[in-house]
Amino acid sequence: MMDFITGPLFALSLLIFVGGLGLRVILYIRGLDAKLERVAYNFHFSRSIPGALVSIGKWLIPGGTAGWRKQPVAAAAFFLLHVGAIFVPLFVLGHTVLLEDLTGISLPSLPGELADVLTIATLCGLVLLVARRLTSPALRQLNSCQDWLVLAVTILPFFTGLMASFDTASYDTWCILHVLSGELFLILAPFTKLSHIALYFMSRAQLGMDYAIKRGGATRGGAFPW
Amino acid sequence: MSEVLCSPTPVTTKEGIHALLKDKGGEEYYRQMKNLWVDQVALGRDLERTCKSRTRTWLSICAHCAMCADSCFFYKANDNDPKQIPSYKIQSTLGEMIRKSGRVDTEFMINAMNVAWGQCTCCNRCGVYCPHGIDTGVMFSYLRGLLFKHGFVPWELKIGSGMHRVYGAQMDVTEEDWVETCEWMVEENQDEWPDLEIPVDKENADVMYILNAREVKHYPEDIAKAAILFHVTGTNWTVPSKGWENTSLTMFAGDWEGCAQNVKRVYAAVDRLKPKMVVGTECGHAHRATVVEGPYWAGRDSGEPPVPFLHYVEWVAMCLRTGKLKIDPAKKIKVPCTLQDSCNYVRNHGLGKITREIMSYIAEDFREMDPNGDHNFCCGGGGGLNGIGRYRNERNVALKHKLEQIKATGAELVISPCHNCWDAIRDMVEVYEEHNLKWTFLKPLLVDMMIIPDHIRHNEI
Repeated sequence: MMDFITGPLFALSLLIFVGGLGLRVILYIRGLDAKLERVAYNFHFSRSIPGALVSIGKWLIPGGTAGWRKQPVAAAAFFLLHVGAIFVPLFVLGHTVLLEDLTGISLPSLPGELADVLTIATLCGLVLLVARRLTSPALRQLNSCQDWLVLAVTILPFFTGLMASFDTASYDTWCILHVLSGELFLILAPFTKLSHIALYFMSRAQLGMDYAIKRGGATRGGAFPW
Repeated sequence: MSEVLCSPTPVTTKEGIHALLKDKGGEEYYRQMKNLWVDQVALGRDLERTCKSRTRTWLSICAHCAMCADSCFFYKANDNDPKQIPSYKIQSTLGEMIRKSGRVDTEFMINAMNVAWGQCTCCNRCGVYCPHGIDTGVMFSYLRGLLFKHGFVPWELKIGSGMHRVYGAQMDVTEEDWVETCEWMVEENQDEWPDLEIPVDKENADVMYILNAREVKHYPEDIAKAAILFHVTGTNWTVPSKGWENTSLTMFAGDWEGCAQNVKRVYAAVDRLKPKMVVGTECGHAHRATVVEGPYWAGRDSGEPPVPFLHYVEWVAMCLRTGKLKIDPAKKIKVPCTLQDSCNYVRNHGLGKITREIMSYIAEDFREMDPNGDHNFCCGGGGGLNGIGRYRNERNVALKHKLEQIKATGAELVISPCHNCWDAIRDMVEVYEEHNLKWTFLKPLLVDMMIIPDHIRHNEI
């Protein structure tokens, strides 16, 4: 069982994740239309590339934009979630071993205690987001099934991973659940809002370029002050 | 059987415009709309052809996080009504239309129209507050285009689009009316300014001036003031007899074909008269339609107009900076004043620093609104909303937000170099009876406070 889910099934999940997201990025770029969108993507590179990078970069920094500063609680929840959600899956020891076995790529690994702390932070972020979704009238107007699905699919691998680390008596069960839920996440990512893992960069780059090329990039003096 | 007033066909004749104008308030027009058939196959095809990866990605990755809610003045002015969240507004209209591949009914289209024009001014502020960079204003503009094509457009904008297509201007101002107005304004001001002229169709001038048909029809003194300022600054300038209209109600209407016709008329005047630069009047959407979006409608791949096109504020700042226009320090604005940033040329064309540079020359007690510049709030009447009777209540509620922002500065005067913002401020003063608040364009202020050089003949009247 474990061999199968950490072997062929993991390879397949990873392939769907990487291939699927890669394909969405390619389709996104191929679908851009300078005439319809009225953005001269093939001109003004000297300002469009910095514009794209600033648009991506500033939103990756806590407090880096007016949007984050205006809503510190939501921002805290997002950053708690995302820091762990990016670093733990990539660098936790078990994963780096698995990845090296499968692909030969060797990544440095996080100390176990730090991984636990980041996982707990991620789960706290997720709980805050769930609470926000349940209580805010604005969010209740917007909630859809997919929003809950995406939250559940994200919570599961972190929760099971943490349990595997702490509840050593049932290690095998938690481990199987962890691997399966992680693979579910990988498989669903390209087909759901989780695709923002890659499309965030596309969408932000596009808007940054839009502002830099057309909406004042030549007159504002510098990139848009997000 | 009464005449067909509401249909997907744009208005292209004087008779068509008159028929619509006769239908006061669009009563019959909106009655007919309730029975307007939706060509679902054509709508599906339009979506297939024009709704590409950018829009589809925006709609599909929207995390429903509600970060956009507080960025929208409609949401704030309507006591945080969840139905006014930009994400909800676009998902329940364009989003639903795409999910159904255009298989939507008349009722759906009328609701989409009410939201696209009555609950969004395409100010693009929400796009600045979305972590994913989702610009709902851009999507609403796209939705307006689809709705226009299928006949679901507010009555006034159907007329506005028709005016542009028939008269080449947003109002029924003919070429003769326009040239005569120029002559009249010269005559009217000749006693005070004996050498004043408004040169029509002069080739190779340094500046070609283009404006807003409202100025010709309702505020001709604005043209006189523009002429006086060009005269006093020693500018070699001209106005075109054709291609003088800078505005584009077609842009508000989502009439992309009409938009292209407008901008091509202006660019043709540039080709004909070969000015070094073009200066447009104090109007926000006109600048966006001719300078920001216009090059694309005119088929210019680089997205740049054929020669530099300056907004009026850019020209004024240049004159102040170079000393061509000098301000009498004794006549600077003494009362506390603030500045309304037009979304169309500040957030969407980066001219916020330019307008503040002007303030540094003319105002002694300038106070910023909070927020301001690129993060400003819409005046409440942008995107065509000021002119649509059907959404007057929605507009008046929305105005409250800007009024509170203005009052918080303690300013007694709002400088508003944009026709739409100017109208919105005029209306909020009236609706909410804030009679101590004054509002103004830049031109009258500048004419009153400039130092007239010795070589310019001027008689005090």
